[in-house]
Amino acid sequence: MDTVYILWLRQIKRYFRSRARIVGSIGQPLLFLVALGFGLGPVYQRAGGGSYIEFLAPGIVAMAILFTAVFSGIEIIWDRQFGFLKETLVAPVSRIQIMLGRTLGGATVAMFQGIIIFILSMFVGFRPVSFVLLPLALVFMFLIAVLFTALGTAIASRLEDMQGFQLIMNFLVMPLFFLSGALFPLEGLPSAIATIVKIDPLAYGVDGLRHVLTGVANFGLFADFSILLVITALLLLIGSYLFSKIQI
Amino acid sequence: MEEIINISHLVKRFDKLVAVNDISFSVKKGEIFAFLGPNGAGKSTTIKILTTLLRPTSGSAILNGSDLSSNALGVRNSFGIVFQDPSLDDELTAYENMEFHGVLYRVPKEVRRARIEELMKFVELWDRKDTLIKFFSGGMKRRLEIARGLLHHPKILFLDEPTVGLDPQTRNHIWSYIQDLNKKEGITIFFTTHYMDEAERVAHRVAIVDHGTIIEEGSPEELKRKTNAASLEDAFLSLTGHEIRSEEATAADYMRMHRRAWRGR
Repeated sequence: MDTVYILWLRQIKRYFRSRARIVGSIGQPLLFLVALGFGLGPVYQRAGGGSYIEFLAPGIVAMAILFTAVFSGIEIIWDRQFGFLKETLVAPVSRIQIMLGRTLGGATVAMFQGIIIFILSMFVGFRPVSFVLLPLALVFMFLIAVLFTALGTAIASRLEDMQGFQLIMNFLVMPLFFLSGALFPLEGLPSAIATIVKIDPLAYGVDGLRHVLTGVANFGLFADFSILLVITALLLLIGSYLFSKIQI
Repeated sequence: MEEIINISHLVKRFDKLVAVNDISFSVKKGEIFAFLGPNGAGKSTTIKILTTLLRPTSGSAILNGSDLSSNALGVRNSFGIVFQDPSLDDELTAYENMEFHGVLYRVPKEVRRARIEELMKFVELWDRKDTLIKFFSGGMKRRLEIARGLLHHPKILFLDEPTVGLDPQTRNHIWSYIQDLNKKEGITIFFTTHYMDEAERVAHRVAIVDHGTIIEEGSPEELKRKTNAASLEDAFLSLTGHEIRSEEATAADYMRMHRRAWRGR
């Protein structure tokens, strides 16, 4: 337990100490929120969709969490390159504990980032339908955060250096985001796109968040929650396995 | 005396390169054992295998009664290590790095706090305890790495070129502390170094390794006698030859280089 805690604490400390990273990873989602929200807002309204900011905000919260979470997972590569990973790997603690502590730390940071975006979205006009359901929104944020931190960890366990980073951003993280329904409604999509959306785990995170925050949903709250939970558990297992196989 | 490290027929192959080629030896409990060899001889690879960071291609090793292949956690419970290359967290303070280590190794809180203070005073970094590591000089980092390695008093202590880059005063100071630990607590010391005078002075026994195999083993006196040399350094040179070895740069070296370049903007 102490091990998990100290590893968690390390992630938190590192996060709060690098202000550039906080600002940097808030900038992009904020840009999406403002530029797309106000830019496409009138079109969306004319098409009968109602307020686009209302629709977009939960998706952008999920986006902030996705990016920070994957990045937190991938940080293992840095630890490996700068030597600190060795220090944790030779310690008399199980690999599972190390993986768990890191993942929870990364997930907490990602969730924190999501909360910041949520608060900022209120400044550009977003209002959740009910504040009573906010704790449920936090549950979804946490699930998204753990899921994608574990995914990042799993991938990073197989990588030697940062060469593959761009590849992961362009061929994994970006598609995960754009095809999650964060930016557009899922009704009436061409069937190929609709199928891809269904296998994108972030789609269920976005849908769950949107349901809780705005009352509009596609898959249903229970489906969102259980699918996220299963995929998170699965990725934690795969991540732990790959992490335990790391050699330096 | 009882053997605490027992290695038999250890082999590590990377693609075509054989880094460790059928090494067998043992270290006795309470011994100060020097593992010497030119660059690229297979020292660090052997230490990485013994510290569970790398899996051997074949062969076996038993540390403090635990088999490396079947009980890695048991092995990890038995040793401490000071790495050859940096392994501190740059974004944490010196104290936090020590604390992190102490918690991972389950050193009880009271002992941990007292020992961290003692060790940091010993390496003269106590007044810098709240400084982030990224502001430390190379020598300061080295001293902290050593202090951290000594924090949890393991059964076996691996020191991979611990004193590289330190001045003679600091080297002396640190070795006397390590010798003291060895005497008082019976901690077995397994170290590598390129300073032959250091090995000659502190080691009870020496193994000289080259091209992945052990070519000679014995006390410094025995090695000198065998090779008719005046010092361990001469003995070392006559055993391993005068040809200069090179090590390949690793991905980490490239990355450090890039980071320096970016910082220097």
